[in-house]
Amino acid sequence: MTTRKKIAALAVMLILVTLPAMTSWAGETLNAVRAKGYVTVGVNGSLFGFGQPDAKGVWKGLDVDTGRAIAAAVFGDASKVKFIPLTAVQRFTALQSGEIDVLCRNATRTLSRDTAMGLNFVTVNYYDGQGFMVSKKLGVKSAKELDGATVCVLPGTTTEQNVADFFRTNGMKWKPVVIEQTAELAKAFFAGRCDVLTSDASQLAGTRAVSPNPSEYVILPEIISKEPLAPAVRHGDDQWRDIVDYAVLAMIDAEELGITSKNVDEMLKSKNPKVQRFLGVIKGNGKSLGLDEKFAYNIIKQVGNYGEVFERNVGVNTKLGLKRGLNALWTQGGLMYSPPFK
Amino acid sequence: MTVYEPIEEFTDLKPPVTSIGVLGWIRSKLFNNWYNSLLTLATLYLLVKVVPPFIDWAVINGNWNTTGAACHQSKGACWSIIHANIRFIMFGFYPPTEQWRPLLAMMLLFALLLVSRNRRWWSKYLGFAWLAGLVVMGLLMKGGLFGLPAVDSGQWGGLPLTLILSVFGLTAAYPLGVILALGRQSRMPAIRYLTIVYIEMIRGVPLISLLFMSAIIFPLFLPEGVTINKIIRAQVAIIMFTAAYVAEVVRGGLQAIPKGQYEAAESLGLNYWQTMRLIVLPQALKIVIPPTVSILISAFKDTSLVVIIALYDILKTTQSTLSNPEWMGFSTEAYLFLALVYFICCYFMSTWSRKLEKELQT
Repeated sequence: MTTRKKIAALAVMLILVTLPAMTSWAGETLNAVRAKGYVTVGVNGSLFGFGQPDAKGVWKGLDVDTGRAIAAAVFGDASKVKFIPLTAVQRFTALQSGEIDVLCRNATRTLSRDTAMGLNFVTVNYYDGQGFMVSKKLGVKSAKELDGATVCVLPGTTTEQNVADFFRTNGMKWKPVVIEQTAELAKAFFAGRCDVLTSDASQLAGTRAVSPNPSEYVILPEIISKEPLAPAVRHGDDQWRDIVDYAVLAMIDAEELGITSKNVDEMLKSKNPKVQRFLGVIKGNGKSLGLDEKFAYNIIKQVGNYGEVFERNVGVNTKLGLKRGLNALWTQGGLMYSPPFK
Repeated sequence: MTVYEPIEEFTDLKPPVTSIGVLGWIRSKLFNNWYNSLLTLATLYLLVKVVPPFIDWAVINGNWNTTGAACHQSKGACWSIIHANIRFIMFGFYPPTEQWRPLLAMMLLFALLLVSRNRRWWSKYLGFAWLAGLVVMGLLMKGGLFGLPAVDSGQWGGLPLTLILSVFGLTAAYPLGVILALGRQSRMPAIRYLTIVYIEMIRGVPLISLLFMSAIIFPLFLPEGVTINKIIRAQVAIIMFTAAYVAEVVRGGLQAIPKGQYEAAESLGLNYWQTMRLIVLPQALKIVIPPTVSILISAFKDTSLVVIIALYDILKTTQSTLSNPEWMGFSTEAYLFLALVYFICCYFMSTWSRKLEKELQT
């Protein structure tokens, strides 16, 4: 395991050294994507609700649907997309080398990734944060009472660092139990090998839902980190960045305008100029982006608005059972906010 | 004349019951001295402790065809995880309507392997059959001809991908390894040092680092817009790695051939290639069958390392299934199944090598 980490670190260093040598991609991505006939999207591959194949091998998830929305915007056909599963180490290189056109792999937007890594993150498609889950038997009500706890945590992610920071700032001691695979980590926690399981809040809810006895576990109220998960593109191609950005924003704006995949055809007849501009009845938006005027219509018709995509993949009726929370529209107390489409 | 009558009938005395039959076997094999008796008792105790709970868990309480939720309620093994996800575990992203194609390709491969087991059927035609078979398998997987819809290699996965990486990896690595071994023995310094550098460099790094390089660093050196398929990159890394190990094994065989053989070949007027092809290699390769096969077996298992570059071989498809909340926590069952698949393949290879050794009388 340690050699693997060392090699990964070495690889990342080499990538960082070679980054300045990368040439600019201005305007090229859209043409290249059109020429090959599909969008190549880097996804997680084993994160339920965000990017994972189902038993039939069909890709499912919030990030996957974001990728489909981009394909719908570019080609008017959400199926013209190819998903490439990537590991955490591979994901940024794959984008840099041009192996993928856009990365939708629950990547947290940070300053260093936005600058030194040569990436451009677009609008956030999921606001996550790190939390703690404990057994009720422990009798703990707050994360501040966890002094001396053993904590199950995935190695090599920001998660591990966040826990260390949290315990240090609160002057508490802790002992990590580090396990590589998410599924194994959960198993270890339920078997009682550690007092606390820490992970992104979206994952904790899902893990609790499938535990042998969900009512025995509680998720503590503290969220100790900000994890704005967003799709990312390469530096240097502003047009492509705009397209990806507005594909995500179109889903958010559609929810605010009350347009769903079910009523989108009726909405074409709407008298509301905002809706008319959004759906391309009043022309202009598509041309500015270099896309078809119907790009937003195609996204909503074939993929759905943000609310639909959220409920389908991670919402209360799924195994993850997540509430909207920060991911609700700004009008409902969340952070999802789209600039006007005009 | 006196007739001496036998006083009584002589009957053959049977050995005591304690030294024949089942009892005798048990006595002589399991309880022939105090420490063996102790070991037998300890083993028995362990078996009693382990086997009934295992059978209880695996068979009696086992769930064979239920949902994940039902499994979470049950105390037994959840074999349903295999049952419900077998398609994805076996074929990955291959389109469900076309999955007969990888299945047929795999059956073709097994048929060829079975036929090749019998040495009497080894001939030029079997060689051609293998060539034709590999082409047909590639065609079945890739499609795009004869009305078969094309399937992008990005969608290949599961057991066919594991077998492709192994079969193509091993068949390409073996000849390359032999050439490298000959190169290392060459009288031409340039060739000799080049091969030595290659072999030692490859053997000096773990396979995982080669895979990382092929997946992460190599694409950055390619010109803009040019990308090489991930599977091909991993395949090349596996071939390069295995070839270096095969080369060292073959070198051992070459060095075991007495000098007289080379001299005899030279005195017959054979040139270098004739000497190698007719005299040296047939003997050398025969000697090194056992170590070669163990390298091939470990290379087969090493292909599972492609998991770390997110290729969906059979290990990765299983892990992907395990991260679905419905099936989370049944890793024991899933990994047991995987172990069985790997065991069958590896056992097949090792029995084949033993059979080959016996027939070639090495």
